[in-house]
Amino acid sequence: MPNATETCACAQETDEQKYERIAEIIEGYGAQKTNLIQILHMAQGIFGYLSLELQQFIADKLRLPLSEVYGVVTFYSYFSTTPRGKYTIGVCLGTACYVRGGKKIIDRLKEILNIGPGETTPDQKFSLEVMRCIGACGLAPAITVNGKVHKQVNADKLKTLIANL
Amino acid sequence: MAYKNYILVCGGTGCESSKANDIFENLKKEVTAANLDADVQVVKTGCFGFCEQGPIVKILPDDAFYVQVKPEDASRIVSEHIIKGRPVAELLYDAGKDKGRVRLKDVPFYQKQYRIVLRNCGVIDPRNIDEYIARDGYAALEKVLFSMKPDDVIDELKKAGLRGRGGAGFPTWQKWLFSQKVQSDVKYIICNADEGDPGAYMDRSVLEGDPHSVIEAMMIAGRTVGAAQGYIYIRAEYPLAISNLEKAIDDAREYGLIGKDILGSGFDFDIEIRLGAGAFVCGEETALMASIEGQRGMPRPRPPFPSVKGLWGKPTVINNVETLANIAVIILKGGEWYGSIGTATSKGTKVFALTGKISNSGLIEVPMGTTLREIIFDIGGGIRNGKKFKSAQTGGPSGGMITEEYLDTPIDYENLQVLGSIMGSGGLIVTDEDDCMVDVAKFYLGFTVDESCGKCSPCRIGGRQMYDLLEKITKGSGEESYVEQLERIGHAMKRASLCGLGQSAPNPVVSTLKYFREEYLEHINEKKCRSGKCKDLLKFTILPDKCIGCTLCARVCPVNAITGEKRQPHLINQELCIKCGECYTSCKFSAITRS
Ligand SMILES: Cc1cc2nc3c(=O)[nH]c(=O)nc-3n(C[C@H](O)[C@H](O)[C@H](O)COP(=O)(O)O)c2cc1C
Ligand code: SF4
Repeated sequence: MPNATETCACAQETDEQKYERIAEIIEGYGAQKTNLIQILHMAQGIFGYLSLELQQFIADKLRLPLSEVYGVVTFYSYFSTTPRGKYTIGVCLGTACYVRGGKKIIDRLKEILNIGPGETTPDQKFSLEVMRCIGACGLAPAITVNGKVHKQVNADKLKTLIANL
Repeated sequence: MAYKNYILVCGGTGCESSKANDIFENLKKEVTAANLDADVQVVKTGCFGFCEQGPIVKILPDDAFYVQVKPEDASRIVSEHIIKGRPVAELLYDAGKDKGRVRLKDVPFYQKQYRIVLRNCGVIDPRNIDEYIARDGYAALEKVLFSMKPDDVIDELKKAGLRGRGGAGFPTWQKWLFSQKVQSDVKYIICNADEGDPGAYMDRSVLEGDPHSVIEAMMIAGRTVGAAQGYIYIRAEYPLAISNLEKAIDDAREYGLIGKDILGSGFDFDIEIRLGAGAFVCGEETALMASIEGQRGMPRPRPPFPSVKGLWGKPTVINNVETLANIAVIILKGGEWYGSIGTATSKGTKVFALTGKISNSGLIEVPMGTTLREIIFDIGGGIRNGKKFKSAQTGGPSGGMITEEYLDTPIDYENLQVLGSIMGSGGLIVTDEDDCMVDVAKFYLGFTVDESCGKCSPCRIGGRQMYDLLEKITKGSGEESYVEQLERIGHAMKRASLCGLGQSAPNPVVSTLKYFREEYLEHINEKKCRSGKCKDLLKFTILPDKCIGCTLCARVCPVNAITGEKRQPHLINQELCIKCGECYTSCKFSAITRS
């Protein structure tokens, strides 16, 4: 079985090579449709998002209708159908972060980045996401930048953090 | 090989985020530089639980407990403590005025805890199978394979009285027995590691800090019911837990503990990891199985229950991570021993993620029957910043509030239910006087509305209706009849929803209506939010006799709603004001009121 947390190793790959890699992954799973979600995870890891074209590609390989793949992609919030920025900032709005001021963090980021949750800055540098509990409740309020957890953030920390990206 | 000293660095997600990795690397470098590699072992362990004080470094056998360690402290720790034997006083945990800096055993946070599930978390290197084995790891599996019959295992679990920790509290032995009794060529074991409750991270810590304990228990379950394949369904949001699990499975396979003919017993068992993809409802067992099958995670009606007809239509035992982490200990120490801990109906311990407005946030494990007061005030150190306790919330979006007057109730499944809450998976969120109960209820309902899969209408439509009513109440356009409407819709959802999500979604509202009804009425009748959380009900005004005209408020106001001459009282333009409260918090002369 391919390693479940594998992500893109090289940014230089062409789209063709990426598709090839995804085809290999699908083969590795025996082209079984029960592995659709695992395959989507890896495809998103490689491309950064799941375009309709990519979904069609996967659907064909698994011999599924596109509608079924699309249905799964849109059901799960982890999957994105639009390109992400270079840095995805996820603000945790789990309960602990919420009561310790997570909403203020969102508001502040909206101001700083001038985008709303689910959006990406025009220069493709930042995407903003609201997350439902990342399990870092002891560190509330917490945010993640490309998956890395930053704890007990506040307005000042946010500014320096973003300036340093 | 025994070492003279062990330096344990917490490598849980919490401490990782504050450079625990650098601390670990620096300590290793310092130890090597001092030529101490043969005497001192530096280990990166799972979570110690005391996340508030992280990153944490423990030194054994001296029992020193260093908190808020920085990477540059590594050299002091090695040169002072390890070499000269003088603990670095400054880094030791400060237990307050009369106690001063203390050793691990005197840290109040740990004193009332009892660690069964977390026995290895913060003690062993989770990425080293030998350390797990050295602490009786896989001994329970061996016992089950060679000296116990499946019925013995079920008997032992029955004596232990272990109930599911995933929320519902169903007796584990019964679940296993149902599955064992069904005739089928193929059966499955699933570990539910979806941990969707916002405000809970017990399962994450167990998987990060002690993955083998879960793997071992799944194999014991497999042997008992006659299954040869297991799946761990884990949230994609937990990369460290996934990575430690992958490593653990690989190592166990290499040791012949997973695979064919395990330890020569003729028993085959394999485990695969399946990643969730961010849908809370997939924690519900039938939705989870749909998700493993590669579909949209929608629940289906039960019965048939998974024990009889589960994954791909085959009998499936599905257990929560924490439930499983208890199994090996029960097998080794016996069901009677386990059954002696806890209350009449709820045995053993429970892990809680203690968070919110509490001084010591962290992960704790206490015997069932411990009171909330002990948890919040003795272990948790009370409320942050000397504020007043308002409520403790258990059970996440499916649970309810517990107020001051019930703090002395011993915690168990039944008692919490009587109070209108549930045990849930172990999130325990403390709120204080600054929190608005209507707002908190709205937060939870917003969560369930967002996460509703939409399959059945009571949940899909009812949840939205209730949310809209709460929205109006918090915005100042509520009417008194809304209270009754909320209760009515809530009642209907409870009775008519297909799965636990919809059935329990009204709980936070119902519970706050029960204990904090006057707050709802205040919002509705007086258009007032006493804690100041509901912004639309707020009005900020500057008191002319207190304002000295320092201009600070005008400068911090993000929308330039404040005007005034220097050294003259200022004025807030109420039309422009967005009620962010920046002026209120920044004024040094208490010249701004919030009402
Ligand atoms: C909406 C919903 C979410 C749930 N989420 C979880 C979860 O995250 N983890 C879990 O172990 N059980 C969860 N459950 C409970 C499971 O359906 C199931 O009862 C549990 O995994 C059984 O394991 P146990 O008997 O060991 O507790 C959830 C239930 C519902 C209705
Ligand atoms: S109760 Fe809600 S989550 Fe459960 S099946 Fe119905 S719509 Fe879906």
